[in-house]
Amino acid sequence: MKPAHTFTVLSLAFLAFSFSIYLEPALDAAPSTNPEKQMASEGRLVWQRYNCQSCHQLYGLGGYLGPDLTNIYSAPGKGETWIRAMLKVGSAPMPSFTMPEEEIAALLAFLKATDASGRADPKDFVALPTGMIQRK
Amino acid sequence: MNNLPFYIGKRFLVFALAMLCAGLVFGVSASACYLFPTFGFEGGVGFGMLRPMHVSAVLFWILLGATGCVYSGMAILSEAKASDVLARVQWLLWLVAIGGVFYSYLAGDFGGREYWEFNPVWALPLTLAWLLFLLNFIKTARKIARWPVYVWMWMTGIAFFLFAFAENYLWLFPYFRSHFVTDMTIQWKVNGSLVGAWNQLLYGTAFFLMERISKNARVGHSRLAFAMYFLGLFNLMFNWGHHIYTLPTAGYVRYTGYIVSMTEWVFFAKIIYNWKNNVSDAQRYYHHFPYRFLMAADFWVFLNLGQAILMSIPALNLYTHGTHVTVAHAMGTTIGINSMILFAACFEFYGRKMHAPGRWLNAVFWTAQTALLVFWLSLNAAGVQKGLWQMNGQAVPFREMMDALRVWFGIFAGAGTVLAVALSVLGFLLLRALFATDAQEVTGQTGSEWPAEEEEKIPTG
Repeated sequence: MKPAHTFTVLSLAFLAFSFSIYLEPALDAAPSTNPEKQMASEGRLVWQRYNCQSCHQLYGLGGYLGPDLTNIYSAPGKGETWIRAMLKVGSAPMPSFTMPEEEIAALLAFLKATDASGRADPKDFVALPTGMIQRK
Repeated sequence: MNNLPFYIGKRFLVFALAMLCAGLVFGVSASACYLFPTFGFEGGVGFGMLRPMHVSAVLFWILLGATGCVYSGMAILSEAKASDVLARVQWLLWLVAIGGVFYSYLAGDFGGREYWEFNPVWALPLTLAWLLFLLNFIKTARKIARWPVYVWMWMTGIAFFLFAFAENYLWLFPYFRSHFVTDMTIQWKVNGSLVGAWNQLLYGTAFFLMERISKNARVGHSRLAFAMYFLGLFNLMFNWGHHIYTLPTAGYVRYTGYIVSMTEWVFFAKIIYNWKNNVSDAQRYYHHFPYRFLMAADFWVFLNLGQAILMSIPALNLYTHGTHVTVAHAMGTTIGINSMILFAACFEFYGRKMHAPGRWLNAVFWTAQTALLVFWLSLNAAGVQKGLWQMNGQAVPFREMMDALRVWFGIFAGAGTVLAVALSVLGFLLLRALFATDAQEVTGQTGSEWPAEEEEKIPTG
């Protein structure tokens, strides 16, 4: 097989794989017009606007100076009030943020939705004989 | 021969080396935040600004450097000249984009995704610049009757970077952004593909340099070379799923990432198989700096590929994910592999007068390699300690765990500073060589015109 043919076949397979992922939202039962989803979507932009990802992770992806925030919304002793306080006051390694209430509400909606999507704590997973992992 | 095509490559390499120097300053400053987390809180440039500034400057070093290498390589390979007008516009678009990106960071005008945190408007000139690069590449490559493997790799790198960079901004559409898991899946698909794309550009450059050094033009057309290229392309397209094993995305995405990542054992085995030849060649070309940097890149490929394969096994990834082992891998690949290949290319294309085996350059080379090894090991040690904390119930609070890692961060910051000084010296020497090099001196050389005195410097032991 000529290099051009192999390249074309692989590229077509890649496009098919990519579109299978792009189509996932269309197959989701809850449409993106759902108000909660819209609010969480706005919160995602707030997360980026304040560059939270520089220090914090979601599902283990992001910065390393602060803790992973995937399940901070439901963590014992944390939750909405704690997040609001942290944003307002900060801590030794975290600056305080002056954010309008709408942005705080959107960010909280985003963290709530992220929390509901799954678990990021490695202890919540178990290894399968194949080497793959799955949630306990 | 007209010297113009070579000046095009040179223009991008000068810009790239300037970005490297900036990236090193930002990197050293950002590493201080690991030891003094409140650094820059009171109206200064803190970690929130320094991290994206460091990452962007280093990414631009790699991308501009790869662009310069492709232009320089194509100036030697193809009879067709690249359009200087297109290249000038491309360079100016880069200048506008980089000015905008750093203005965006300094003004606190964030809004993008991790590694591309600047206001998304600055992605437009970057995309346009890359589009012009593609057009210029096609203009020169179509005159080459039968492409060697590295021309395929360059084409792949340019085309896939453009595709992945556009995909990187799908989050601007609420359709994607409002579905968190899909959105994150695409984000890490993009990151994997972007890294794969610039690796194609740089590994293509390494292949091109090795062919020139060995003076064996058949290597670039061998079946094995093409098999390795397609395996690399296959991984670029499908192995990124190993970033997101804990994300509740579709099972086939994670299994595809896992299975495809395991094909990298083939690369690993080939490195070990080639080791014997490399050792004897290393003795032959010890004083030839491009070769030495390529061998350094080979060593770092060995370490980082071994690490990457282990990290791609989900059961092991569970321990390393979200820890500094990932940082070690990212730093090890960008500095140890990508930067070493770029240094090799700069020395080959423009730094020939520095090939003499001076003690000074030797000392800088070995200081950089040793400091990088200490830097890489300290990050891995911090990562292992954090991984144990994660898996052992997180008995102490996050802040206490981070305090316990300070010894590793101290070594990391110290080794990072030494590394930054060594790389800055290399960058400065190469910038000086770039400004001093007569283009005719370079364009006139082909593999078959290798200067005889280089061979005479080869040690016999």
